[in-house]
Parts: sequence; structure tokens; C-alpha cells
Amino acid sequence: MNAKRKAKDLVLTVLIWMFSLISAAFLLWMLAIVLSHGLAGISLDFLIGEYNLYRGKNGILPMIVGTLLLIVLTLAVAVPVGVFAAIYLTEYARQGWGVRVIRLATESLSGIPSIIYGLFGYIFFKNTLRLGFSVLSGALTLSIMVLPLVVRATEEALKSVDKSYREASLALGASRLYTVLRVVLPCALPGILSGVILSMGRIIGETAAVIFTAGTVPKIPHVGRLLTSSVRTLSVHLYMVALEEADFTSAFATAAILIGIVAVLNWTAKRIARRMMRR
Amino acid sequence: MMRNGLRISAKSRVSRFENMMEIVFALSAWTAIISVALITAYIFMAGLPPILKIGIPEFMFGIRWNPTAEEPQFGIFPMILASLLGMAGATAIGVPVGLFTAIALAMLAPKRPAAFLRGCIELLSGIPSVVYGFFGLTVIVPFIRIRLGSPTGTSLLAMIVILSFMILPIIVSLSEAALRAVPREYMEGALALGASRIEAIFKVIIPAAKSGIMTSVVLGMGRAIGETMAVIMVCGNIARIPRSLLDTVSPMTATIAKDMSYAGPFHQAALFGIGVVLFLFIIVLNIVLNVVVQRSVAGKQGGP
Repeated sequence: MNAKRKAKDLVLTVLIWMFSLISAAFLLWMLAIVLSHGLAGISLDFLIGEYNLYRGKNGILPMIVGTLLLIVLTLAVAVPVGVFAAIYLTEYARQGWGVRVIRLATESLSGIPSIIYGLFGYIFFKNTLRLGFSVLSGALTLSIMVLPLVVRATEEALKSVDKSYREASLALGASRLYTVLRVVLPCALPGILSGVILSMGRIIGETAAVIFTAGTVPKIPHVGRLLTSSVRTLSVHLYMVALEEADFTSAFATAAILIGIVAVLNWTAKRIARRMMRR
Repeated sequence: MMRNGLRISAKSRVSRFENMMEIVFALSAWTAIISVALITAYIFMAGLPPILKIGIPEFMFGIRWNPTAEEPQFGIFPMILASLLGMAGATAIGVPVGLFTAIALAMLAPKRPAAFLRGCIELLSGIPSVVYGFFGLTVIVPFIRIRLGSPTGTSLLAMIVILSFMILPIIVSLSEAALRAVPREYMEGALALGASRIEAIFKVIIPAAKSGIMTSVVLGMGRAIGETMAVIMVCGNIARIPRSLLDTVSPMTATIAKDMSYAGPFHQAALFGIGVVLFLFIIVLNIVLNVVVQRSVAGKQGGP
């Protein structure tokens, strides 16, 4: 190899490693800053305390409850619809223009920016359907947003189930529905679960779509009005305290908690994936 | 006889249930189509009338955004420009960094460093955009203010830096998959012909994975132009045409999110108008994406 080619190789190799290092370094830098500033602000009072600016209370319990409510309700809508849709696409539908349009629509949904979801949820669920700023408005908006994730994960999982399972079940006289629900779906469960975890991460991290639908009220909703009250999620809280109140102590602590949750979800998803690989 | 009759009636009940469930499955699948239709219809219904009332040229190319003035002005050109500059800047930084990281992951890195690097990228993709924004606000913005002498630090540059890292995970994961999908024989053939490993990667593997890499770039661009919360915290939110990288900007997404909380009726309608323009950009990107994907499918069918 002549010197010129060698030099070119060397430059590119250096660039490859340098850029890889930058990618990792950025994450580590962000983690270091957020965790070093944030962990100091996390205490029991912070985690399970109420939030009241006038009494100087910066607890995030209402935000945790709000986030959980939104996760549960969003998944309650999106998971059945998404799983059923995936069943239809892989097990029932004849591959034709209908399926192609459904796939295209699902792809398009995942490309729509969250602020557009926010505007849509605001005008459709909040105004037109008169749901107001509420858990319900937020969850319905978010369930459309995470639908592609659930559909895609379930589809992949269903496709990975060996054909012989279906044939064996059908040959034993089981109906198509029975085969799908009792034979194929259980095998696909880990894959579906990873889609659900992905969706949870998306719901927790979402801000723009939530702020205009579920609102920003930092209070635990009354038990009788769980679905119709406005709530504030952790991500919205981070935005509010950082930008509106400039309370960086709370903001760093909230950011650290968000990163912690994401890390746990990531780790869980990885374990599930590893289990699936082993099978 | 009796047993036979029972079986038949049970079977018909089962098959009725089967049919019903099939309809439920089909309806669920149609939800995506209905949702896309509803979103498109409602955004356009809310956003198109104000655009027409203001006038398309005044709205699209007007350079003054003064929605609360006595004689309000609704020109969004600075925002369109900011969105496009942010997208271009993030692509210019994020694509090379992401592609080279993907090359390291797919081709060069030993197992353990690769696993670590992949873990970093995965975590990066899961971190909420507000956390990126907050990091930008507390670290990048002060850095730009103190070291580069921008008066506030909130700037086009800060926005580009944050967006570059936000689109990194998409670029890396999709490019890595594309690089891995290239058949091994390509590499072996190139090496056998006397190319070095690096030459083989850049002259053979990357061209072969081009469509997958392009897909990742287009998706990254979509993410960059649609990002709101990370941008809103670092851009400064002043809708002027930037004269340098250190000027404050306000892209379309940030303006919508920032103004929605206090906007009066017509101001709010105009924000939906911005939503329509943003939506059109996304549609164009989607069409580009489909062309890229289609071409890759066609290429694969025609190829070896």
C-alpha cells in the first residue's frame, strides 16, 4: 500500500473512533451533569411530598401519580387496539392495497411530530369532544402516538412465531381465532411486552403532546375525578420548573429521576430481548 | 343424536364469535387510518382559514411576527428559516458522527466496547427531549454565552448542537442495521482485490448500504424539524432572521408551544396555521422517505 492510501486510511480510522467517542462522551457528560446536580435534590420529602409553591413545597408525588395515570390509561387503549391491529395485519388480512394503506397510515403516525399531536389533541379531544384538560384527553392523544410502536412490535413478534405452531393447532381442529389467541399470541408475548415498554418510555418522555391535552395542574386528582382532572407529568414538570419557575434544584432532581426511569425501562427491555434470543 | 345437535349449535355460536372478533381486529387496524385522517382534517380545518385570511404570501414570507401588537403581524418566514437551519445543521453534524459511530459498531469495534457504545446510544434514544433541553439550557447555553460571547447564549448554535445529539440514535441504529445487512461477500471480495478494510468499508459497504443510510438521514431530519421541547429551552424564542449562529431564533415548533399558553383566539388560529406548514414539511419528508425505501426495495429485487 502506498503512503497516500495509508494516510487516508489512518485519517478515516481516527475519525471513526473520534466520532464514536463523541457519541458516548455526550451521553456520559449529560449523565454526569444531571446526576451530580440532581441526586442531591432527591429526598424522601421530594419523592412523596406535595407540590405547593406558596408553602415552599417542591414534592413530586402529584407528578408521579399523574404520570402513572397517563401510562395506565394510554396503554389500556393502545395495547388492545395495537395488538388487535397487528393480529389482523399478520394473521387475517389478505396482502393487498388495504393492508398497504394501513401500513402506510401506521408509518405516517410515527412520523408526526409531538407538537402536532398536541395541537390535534387540544382541538379534537379537549375542545370538540369537550374532554377539557384531562387525563382522558392526554391518554387518548398519547394512545394514537404510541399505536405504531405497539403495532410494529406485535407484528414482529407474531411473524417470528414458527408457522408449524399454527399448522399443528389448525390440524388438531382448533379454529383460527383459537389458534391465534391460545397458540400464537402467548409465544409472541415477550415481543409485545418490549413494545409496551417502549411505549411507556415514550409516554414518560413526552411533553409537547401532553402539555396541551392533560394540562399542567400539579395536584393529585380527586378519586372520583381521576379521568377528568388535569394532571402534570414528570416531563411537563421538568419543563415548568426549569422555564417558568427557574427552580433548577427541582429541575435537576426531576431530570435525574426521568433518566433513572428510562435506564430501568431500557434494561428491562434488553433482558426481555435477550430471553427471546435464547429461545 | 342429542350430542350431535349440541355440538352443531355450539359450533355456530363459536363461529359467530370468530366472525365478530375478526371484525374487531379489522376495525383496530383501521384505527391508524382513521387517526391519520382525523389529525390531518382537524389541523387543516383549524389552520388553513387563518392562513387564507392573512394571505399565503404574507404568512409564509412575511418577516415580522407580532401577534399581540395593536396591528398584529403574522409573518412566519423567520420560523421556517430557523426550522430549516436547525434541521440542516443537525444533519450536517449528526449524520457524519452517527454514520461513523455506526461503522465502528458494525465493522470495527471489539465486542465489549461495541456493547458499551451500543448501550450508550440506546440510552441516548430513550432520554426525554425535555432532559436534552434542560441540559442544553444549563450547560450548552452558558458555554456559548461565556466562551463565544453571545449575549444570552440561547442561539441557533445551541439548538443545532442539541438537535445533532438528539438525532444521533436514529442515525446510528438504522445505519448500523443497513451496514450489517450488506452481504459478507462484498467485504471479502473487496479485501481479496487488495483493498484495505477502511477502503472496503467506504468504497464498497457504504455504497451498498446507501438506501438504508439515506432512510436514517431522512428520519433524523424529520425528528429534527419536529422537535419541540429540547429546542424551546435553548433557542431564545425570538422570531427574527438570524444573522449568525449566535443569534436567537424561534423555529415553528417552539413558537407554537411557547405561544399556545397565552394566545388569544386569532393568534391561536395562526399557531394552527404554523402547524399546517410544519405538517406540510413532514408530509414532504415522508414522501421522500417512501421514495428512498421504494428504491431500496427495487434495488434489492434487481440486485444479486
